[in-house]
Amino acid sequence: MSEQVPVLQARGLVKRYGKVTAIDGADFDLLPGEILAVVGDNGAGKSSLIKALSGAVVPDAGEILVDGEAVRFSGPLDARRHGIETVYQDLALAPAQDIATNVFLGRERRRSGPLGSVFRLLDAGGMRAEAARILGELDIKIKSMTQAVETLSGGQRQGIAVARAAAFGSRVVIMDEPTAALGVAESAKVLDLIQRIRDRGLPVVLISHNMPHVFEIADRVHVHRLGRRVGVVSPRERTMNEVVGLITGALALSDNGELVEVYR
Amino acid sequence: MSTKTKGNVSEFVLRTPAVGPAIALVAAVVVFSLTTNTFLDSDNLSLIVQQSLVVGTLALGQTLVILTGGIDLANAATAVLGTLLMAKLVVGGVPGTVALVTGIAAAVAIGALIGGIVTGASLPPFIVTLGMLTIVTAVSRIYAEGRSYPVTDDTLAFLGTRQYLFGHVEVTVGMGLALLMFVGAWYALTKTAWGKHVYAVGNDPEAARLSGINVRRTVLSVYVVAGLVYGIAAWQALGRVPNADPNAFQMGNLDSITAVVLGGTSLFGGRGSVIGTLVGALIVAVLRSGLTQAGIDSLYQDVATGVLVIVAVAVDRFSRRKQR
Repeated sequence: MSEQVPVLQARGLVKRYGKVTAIDGADFDLLPGEILAVVGDNGAGKSSLIKALSGAVVPDAGEILVDGEAVRFSGPLDARRHGIETVYQDLALAPAQDIATNVFLGRERRRSGPLGSVFRLLDAGGMRAEAARILGELDIKIKSMTQAVETLSGGQRQGIAVARAAAFGSRVVIMDEPTAALGVAESAKVLDLIQRIRDRGLPVVLISHNMPHVFEIADRVHVHRLGRRVGVVSPRERTMNEVVGLITGALALSDNGELVEVYR
Repeated sequence: MSTKTKGNVSEFVLRTPAVGPAIALVAAVVVFSLTTNTFLDSDNLSLIVQQSLVVGTLALGQTLVILTGGIDLANAATAVLGTLLMAKLVVGGVPGTVALVTGIAAAVAIGALIGGIVTGASLPPFIVTLGMLTIVTAVSRIYAEGRSYPVTDDTLAFLGTRQYLFGHVEVTVGMGLALLMFVGAWYALTKTAWGKHVYAVGNDPEAARLSGINVRRTVLSVYVVAGLVYGIAAWQALGRVPNADPNAFQMGNLDSITAVVLGGTSLFGGRGSVIGTLVGALIVAVLRSGLTQAGIDSLYQDVATGVLVIVAVAVDRFSRRKQR
């Protein structure tokens, strides 16, 4: 095992909704520079775990650590302030507004001097240029920053949301099912984009149902079952069938890292 | 090449929703200029603008509310209460300036109350403002004690002050103030972060929240600003007709929505512009004036306005469906 300090870490997280336990003592580790896939069945509690890590849900117990230091997130803005950006499944874009506006939504830049401080004038040109630079850097091809987001394809919209997260995330980018709504060609582009973000040194948490996608790009796979982590495996050492076995509970990971069949 | 140009033109029209209404306004002006002798008269044009000042100002506040995905049925009632406060206070010996500020402050307070209920209790604006319409109308009638109040105070009547451009074109101070307010609102909506947030909230409140926008504070601020605008509409009303009447502007709320819709702003929120609303308010006034001068009864003018509203929404819908 490496001695690296995890960028984002969780210990014994618990979240209950009435009688339902969504997170049941879950652990989580994201190492620097990796793509960590989080997989699990529907209802396994992946979304709740991710929401806790992105600040959208406040856990009842357990702790979250950023670069080894305990933090408390009481809202998405807290996580963001720690450099953790999330790409939500429905993207959180304003469809009628243009690309530059969407990239800077909620953190607009004003002009310097009295125009900005007194007249609150936005630096529209600067934001357009910066948005174009961000998209260009990630090789997302869009002709005009003044195009409304609703005129873009699903993959291009995903690109905008991912680029926004990559541009402002200084520590972690979390992506919730980024390829779920996309066709084959567009999915390939988004996977490519995720790898480019990783290659720039930003670790990525990828929540996905799509096993081939996970095996294509993930460095490690976190398997979630019944509200907790049941194991972390390397996609190079394990097969998709073995990971599916862990997800369904047909297989379990023993203490020495061996896969054992579970008989019930 | 030609398809590309066509695409760009339709995209421009779609991204600039005031273009369609502006074309309609110009068309109406041309038609009435050709069919009547008196329409293009400078006195008549001035009158058209003066007649659209109050509804235009109400529609400006209404636009802000509709952009957030809300609607305000109480705007005209709020302005009427404002006129009564201003006029009756002056009758009771209060200085005009104090009365003016009190009337405007009351409108702001009603806006804050509506915004507070809408955001605090997460109730639909339609219901909240419907209730507020009933309440404010009743309060106005109770306060007015069954009569109207003529205004003689110079401060309250200030917006009706007339000036003559080039010796014969009649303009009022109210016109200048309205123009200033529309330009100010356009600036705030398109050039500041607040405006971007107003559009984003109307577009998709959840997306706005996840983007770090304080949705409640944004919506609340819109109702407060709208209240301020309605307070100024009350001042405009006294400048136009120096008499505060509890039964005035009974259709003002719907007339303001008409102007907003004719101006190309979507009732679903997140799309539209105040410049469109200005054009929309002028379209209604031009239509009424032109039809009057063509000798058409005012009830038929109502029919024409109603048809126009439905056509405007249908055109908006159709162009959007084609786009997708």
